[in-house]
Amino acid sequence: MNAVRKQRLILVLLLLAGVGLAVALMLFALRENINHYFSPAQMAAGEAPVAQRMRGGGLVVPGSVERDSESLKVSFRITDGAGEVTVHYEGILPDLFVEGSGVVALGTLGSDGVFAATEVLAKHDENYMPPEVQKAIDEAHPKPGYARPAAQTTVQRELRSLQDGS
Amino acid sequence: MNWTFFHKLGSPKWFYDISGKWLPWLQVSSLVLISVALVWGLAFTPPDYLQGNSYRIIFIHVPASFLAQSVYMMMATAAAVTLIWKIKLADMALKVMAPIGASFCILSLATGAIWGQPTWGTWWVWDARLTSMLILLFLYIGIIALRGAIHTIEAAAKACAILSLVGVVNIPIIKFSVDWWNTLHQGATLTLTEKPSMAPEMLWPLLLAILGFYLFFTMVMVLRLRIEIISRERKTRWVKELVS
Repeated sequence: MNAVRKQRLILVLLLLAGVGLAVALMLFALRENINHYFSPAQMAAGEAPVAQRMRGGGLVVPGSVERDSESLKVSFRITDGAGEVTVHYEGILPDLFVEGSGVVALGTLGSDGVFAATEVLAKHDENYMPPEVQKAIDEAHPKPGYARPAAQTTVQRELRSLQDGS
Repeated sequence: MNWTFFHKLGSPKWFYDISGKWLPWLQVSSLVLISVALVWGLAFTPPDYLQGNSYRIIFIHVPASFLAQSVYMMMATAAAVTLIWKIKLADMALKVMAPIGASFCILSLATGAIWGQPTWGTWWVWDARLTSMLILLFLYIGIIALRGAIHTIEAAAKACAILSLVGVVNIPIIKFSVDWWNTLHQGATLTLTEKPSMAPEMLWPLLLAILGFYLFFTMVMVLRLRIEIISRERKTRWVKELVS
């Protein structure tokens, strides 16, 4: 490699380092705004805005889902392992809304600590397996509480990642 | 270090001659692999325990997303070679790869939206993964437009190479967006370091589809590059002899 090319190689590397540093600083400054939702722990700690539209996300606490028999009203609690928030919602829940699985809700957090949602989205995980495998796992490790042991391992992993992140 | 092999590789005539021999193999293997993978994945793999049959779009979505990012990495590499060694073939490759990468990016965004509607309950959210992928599409479109806007080949080559290099910072952002921030998009199923979180009977057709998409990309890239070589080298003696 001759001197001119070496110089150009250094220039290219400097360009990459400069742009990379600029973007890293920008993302660092915006780190809270890039998060798609606030976790229950953040809401409990008062880091989330009150009475403003925002998103909250977490895992649906098993056994916490209460449906109104007369209307589409539903209430459930979401958790990230460090905090819990009650969510009220009226409308159709997505098909993948399952106890123990993740949701992201859009709405407002009231001063009473209840999250009034206008939209609930289901967040599925990165595990894919056939129903028979799932059934075999269910039979091999029957556990109370969380309906699906596979979902539970995911729950635990997500909880760990949430705790690490916060 | 001896760099002559590198410059020989960059000779348009040499590449034109040798790539003609690769083409039939690439065409047959990509067609066979994609057909086998899609028939296997769409018809013969079991449904997912949670998502049922709707997860099957993964056999197109994941390979398209892989390629959208890989093609950009190849373009950034070609851009560095263009800037440092001034090899014409690298700039030609950069030019012909951009529309292919943009197509994979559109396919990835479209299949993602179609998958999101039944599973998440929405076509689109502005989370970090989806937004950074949209930025990648804008980068591709920007690179294509920039080349169209500059008329001299050398100036266009330099400008596109710099833009491609600047945009490469977006690739790690796409990859790690699901780890760095809270996103609606789930984490990676396939990683180099961990065991894939997917049952083997679903994983095999997915890996085949990814390989098939790579071969298909190589085939389209080689086809387009050969046309670009002929068009740019039309005044040289070997092209004149070739077409006469």
